[in-house]
Amino acid sequence: MNQTLFDKVWDSHVVHKINNGPDVLFIDRHMVHEVTSPVAFLGLKKRNINVLFPEKTFATADHNTPTKNQHLPVKDPLSAKQLKALEENSKIHGISFWGLGHEKNGIVHVVGPEYGITLPGATIVCGDSHTSTHGAFGAIAFGIGTSEVEMVLSTQCIMQPKAKKMRITINGKLSKGVTPKDVALFIISKLTTSGATGYFVEYAGNVFEEMSMEGRMTVCNLSIEMGARGGMIAPDHKTFEYIKNKEFSPKGKDWIKAMNYWSTLKSDKDALFDKELLFDGDKIQPMITYGTNPGMGISISNGIPNAENQEGGIKTFRKSLQYMNYNEGESMLGKKIDFVFLGSCTNGRIEDFRAFTELVKGKKKAPNVTAWLVPGSHKVEQAIKSEGLLTILEDAGFELREPGCSACLAMNDDKIPAGKYAVSTSNRNFEGRQGPGSRTLLASPLVAAAAAITGTITDPRTFY
Amino acid sequence: MAYDKFKILESTAVPLPIENIDTDQIIPARFLKATERIGFGDNLFRDWRYSSHNIPKKDFVLNNSTFKGKILVGGKNFGSGSSREHAAWAIYDYGFRCVVSSFFADIFRNNCLNIGVLPVQVSTEFLEKIFNNIYENPKTKLNIDLNQQIIRILGTDSSESFEINEYKKGNMLNGYDDIDYLMNIKDSIEKFAKKTPL
Repeated sequence: MNQTLFDKVWDSHVVHKINNGPDVLFIDRHMVHEVTSPVAFLGLKKRNINVLFPEKTFATADHNTPTKNQHLPVKDPLSAKQLKALEENSKIHGISFWGLGHEKNGIVHVVGPEYGITLPGATIVCGDSHTSTHGAFGAIAFGIGTSEVEMVLSTQCIMQPKAKKMRITINGKLSKGVTPKDVALFIISKLTTSGATGYFVEYAGNVFEEMSMEGRMTVCNLSIEMGARGGMIAPDHKTFEYIKNKEFSPKGKDWIKAMNYWSTLKSDKDALFDKELLFDGDKIQPMITYGTNPGMGISISNGIPNAENQEGGIKTFRKSLQYMNYNEGESMLGKKIDFVFLGSCTNGRIEDFRAFTELVKGKKKAPNVTAWLVPGSHKVEQAIKSEGLLTILEDAGFELREPGCSACLAMNDDKIPAGKYAVSTSNRNFEGRQGPGSRTLLASPLVAAAAAITGTITDPRTFY
Repeated sequence: MAYDKFKILESTAVPLPIENIDTDQIIPARFLKATERIGFGDNLFRDWRYSSHNIPKKDFVLNNSTFKGKILVGGKNFGSGSSREHAAWAIYDYGFRCVVSSFFADIFRNNCLNIGVLPVQVSTEFLEKIFNNIYENPKTKLNIDLNQQIIRILGTDSSESFEINEYKKGNMLNGYDDIDYLMNIKDSIEKFAKKTPL
């Protein structure tokens, strides 16, 4: 046997193969949010068909939702309309709907795992590129477009050619202050944003084995930022422990049966990959991005590289630095920042809040910094409160907002103003991503915490 | 839902020689709030096209009447980032029927194929040649023959073949979409669903 984890899950979901064409792939779990679904539902209406398996479909509102005063009506009429459309479409088609104000509401990629919707060996799609997050459980999970959302709603299948397979192995010991986010930003800085395009990535090696489920989710979440269709990690005892007794996870006899199957979900010893990459975990430092795509990242104490020999060419590279108002060769340390954003489907989980809180404990937020701390879900919000993190954060001058995608993509009220710098734990630093003219520096929750305290880009290890 | 058939496209082209053009640039998130697929072309490349006061930026190619056409030619790794199909809709709605680049991001490529915009991937050298020809003579036409899978720079003897899988090619040539296909095999899908554990 020479099958990879990806082969095992993919092949077991192929309904039909088309010669010189895509596979018809059966989808176990379809997550739906308000932005990429209304046109798909409209398509169903035009074709006069219903959702084939509403029980395999889960809707939550996250992109447009405000992160303050969620009990009040949504102010932006277009956002309100889109949220209403999801609610109505879910009702018409009998889909479970965790909308604004629902106790289980949160970012789609945070709530899926929290309630056991995400399971090993499953195929999971959503009209959102960060669906790759769910690969942390040994699922095949990837983002799709709205035409494909309509396909899954109507037939529970999509049609895609099987991706090539890449394995990224990282062994070694991560130094203190180096988080899963840094590992992911490190990989992307090596591969560039197109280095894994056409591939499905499996992460292997003791660095990932030793990571918590939250950490694995952060890494898999960022797979799309290296161009990969998705990323996955073989399930192990940590995975099973995380899923056990969740609302939607199998129980009793079904649990034992599922565990037996899930235990087979790993790449065979002689599994064949189209590409294998190996990195040394010991060498990874806290990372930060300086440019306008997630591949433009460096170790926090390194200088901004010169334009020569940069991926994307000199012209594209300089355009990017010009947007950021940075110069080649400059050090990132000590640069002034204006905003800090802790949250998103990348780093909006409880572990991220624990890390942030530990660093800011007993210190004070810099007066020049506006900090938005946004839990990924109500469940995360509750844990922040019950674990006593909120008190520590408030003592340090921070406030907690309500769950949602928030400043990650500026579809809601949380927008970084033009020209301002934000150290952000989210996933994309594209031009205008966090608001027109905003300048994003992607980093870990620890780097974000250090910046929030000093008001400048700071190596979090200086606090140890 | 059937879309326009795509057989041969002959048109002048709009050059955008920037690499890693992400879907946030193609259409920023704040314009994704529609519940219907209308009007996205107005916001295509919104923040590159207009100033914050909605004044057209003169140096951006879509505001330069020298360059027009139904073909958009972009730098390497076109369409990276967000899965928003709105990016492909905006390109279509603006009037483009084909995007040429030396490399496409996966989801964007799929989205284009699913709505009838043809992504044509060419070699780095050929892409360079296209840019050079357009800049030398903006009236240069490209001819894209889907059936033959060939892209030609008219007025020169330069041409290159491009890849597309037979199934998608058939869809584009005939204006079919995947749901038409999937609805036809619904019985086998339902049978398959019965034996899946989840």
